[in-house]
Amino acid sequence: MAATAQTALQVRELAEDRYKYGFVTDIESERAPKGLSEDIVRFISAKKEEPQWLLEWRLKAFRHWLTMPEPQWSSVRFPALDYQDAYYYSAPKAKGDGPKSLDEIDPELLKTYEKLGIPIREQEALAGIAVDAVFDSVSVATTFKAKLHEVGVIFCPISEAVRNHPALVQKYLGSVVPYADNKHATLNSAVFTDGSFVYVPPGVRCPMELSTYFRINAENTGQFERTLIIADKGSYVSYLEGCTAPKRDVNQLHAAVVELVALDDAEIKYSTVQNWYPGDAEGRGGIYNFVTKRGACRGVNSKISWTQVETGSAITWKYPSCILQGDNSVGEFYSIAITNNHQQADTGTKMIHIGRNTRSRIISKGISAGHGMQTYRGLVRVTAKAEGARNHTQCDSLLIGSKCAAHTVPYIESKNPKAILEHEATTSKISEDQLFYLRQRGISVENAVALVVNGFCREVLQQLPMEFAVEAQKLVAISLEGSVG
Amino acid sequence: MGPMLDIKNLHVTVGEKEILKGLDLALPAGEVHAIMGPNGSGKSTLSYVIAGREGYEITKGQILFRGEDLAPMQPEERAAKGVFLAFQYPVEIPGVTNTTFLKEALNAIRRSRGESELDAMQFVKLLRRQTKELGIPDDMLKRSVNAGFSGGEKKRNEILQMAVLQPLLAVLDETDSGLDIDALKIVAAGVNRLRSPERSTLVITHYQRLLSYIEPDRVHVLAHGRIQRSGGKELAAELERTGYAEFKAVAAE
Repeated sequence: MAATAQTALQVRELAEDRYKYGFVTDIESERAPKGLSEDIVRFISAKKEEPQWLLEWRLKAFRHWLTMPEPQWSSVRFPALDYQDAYYYSAPKAKGDGPKSLDEIDPELLKTYEKLGIPIREQEALAGIAVDAVFDSVSVATTFKAKLHEVGVIFCPISEAVRNHPALVQKYLGSVVPYADNKHATLNSAVFTDGSFVYVPPGVRCPMELSTYFRINAENTGQFERTLIIADKGSYVSYLEGCTAPKRDVNQLHAAVVELVALDDAEIKYSTVQNWYPGDAEGRGGIYNFVTKRGACRGVNSKISWTQVETGSAITWKYPSCILQGDNSVGEFYSIAITNNHQQADTGTKMIHIGRNTRSRIISKGISAGHGMQTYRGLVRVTAKAEGARNHTQCDSLLIGSKCAAHTVPYIESKNPKAILEHEATTSKISEDQLFYLRQRGISVENAVALVVNGFCREVLQQLPMEFAVEAQKLVAISLEGSVG
Repeated sequence: MGPMLDIKNLHVTVGEKEILKGLDLALPAGEVHAIMGPNGSGKSTLSYVIAGREGYEITKGQILFRGEDLAPMQPEERAAKGVFLAFQYPVEIPGVTNTTFLKEALNAIRRSRGESELDAMQFVKLLRRQTKELGIPDDMLKRSVNAGFSGGEKKRNEILQMAVLQPLLAVLDETDSGLDIDALKIVAAGVNRLRSPERSTLVITHYQRLLSYIEPDRVHVLAHGRIQRSGGKELAAELERTGYAEFKAVAAE
């Protein structure tokens, strides 16, 4: 083989190795017919054996969705989505009535999660982490349910919650992200398939980390998960989601909705490590990650904290937000977003100050490499009644190479003259001085980049639960491999 | 065995400009040599080209380190072989603690030598021993690498890194610049502590001051890209009296 061809092959192998979650599980699935229509909405609702009120809610959303134009205001660019050229429901074929216990799960699925490093057999699980594993459109396993039940914490697939806890679901579903919120969220309301449901009763500190692992496997299938977390008075819960998908040349849509509700004195900590397939080095394939995440601090002294590490997806479009209704409530947003090769990200947050003495904090770290394109877009709004409101925003961008871009678009609206709002922003490059200094100490170029970037992200990485911080650090390094030199 | 560092007829260009023009230097193992010279004589270029900085092109001649040509090696390979450069302007790495950085560096070097990595406990033990001997406070280890350090702290940090990495060849590029006398003594003590028959040190400096504390075996005067004169430690004292005027005149010819 000619030397150049050999090099090209090696480079390709290297590039492909970088995304180690790109495998496909060979499993028989049951799918809805291709395309999107009222019949498909009814099909999904029937599959989930849903009550009438939920089907009606879905149909209302679907009819509204048909009237909505595509959002044009963000900076991401992609060809128009063909909603009819995708499947909206795909589930691994259940043997009989579906697994009654973890022992009955299809071994292929178990193997998949093993390969992904997600323990869904309790005896192998990391101590202190309960996992809900969502595969395409259904939840295939939830661990430690019994242990959580002892303290009254409900942690289950949302489709199961609809059956077993209908009052809670009906009360809170759509209460933070209404069905008509935005094009992607409205689509989700019509066709959402699975996701996690969490309820933490008053005064309970959830004894373990809760975690949902989302996996897209089937081809041409959108994943529309819906997560609803309610922390009742004086309770606390920490929740983490992780996401991966196989490597495919065709883009796949992932339009999720997450709603959080924190009542008086309650706290929710929500962490995301998003590693959907980002597409290849030329920008072919990858997930369109169009997500609506919003939390309502309804009670006094409540707190919602979002932490996200966004390394995957061809396009990321998400703004985890906090509505600070309760007096003295606190909203936090800590974000690391990495765009390498041809990835695009338009991400940020909204902090809406309504209650008195509400405080919010935003720390956003954006890293662009290759042809990566990234925008921080954030809104801080203080209403007239929000006496004593405070916000501090810090947006830092790090550029690697000369073909990438970073933008910061902060919107600040204050109707209260006494509110204190601070915004800081920096843009920097990894300097040749830094790389040479580290290399002179024996550290390879790739590790030197990883070290500088991890240092840049430290304030955010520190917010992640311990068990995931190390993983996230490695992920940051892997996402940037090959970006220098 | 030949010298630890053997530089032969070295020509180096930076951009279009030739900075080193036929430099010869032999530094045997176990010795400390000083390179002195006026500003712009090529002192920093010499330190960078030994360490392998990009943009410093060797057009003629070679640098042999323990008999091996350094030119084809990446900076990190040279570091693994035992080449250390104490920077004139140590670089800040925000958010990366000194401890993390030092552990990463030491383990990278150990890996490339086929040695096992040190775990957190072993490393902290090793680090504590060094900071104690160098009189470096523990809080300096928890702070980000050089970020917000005073000039003296930065230079001490360079010496700490040297003590941890235990190089065979240490090049000190104007380590004395910007130091008060107390810091200078600490830095010199750190360098002297590392003196051994297996190690060599190249002290690059503008002033004689540092050489009162780090006694060199040989002193070389670098001007206009070449070694103009070599001698014993008394040469440094002489330069302190006469200045570099003599060598500036050479250029004018």
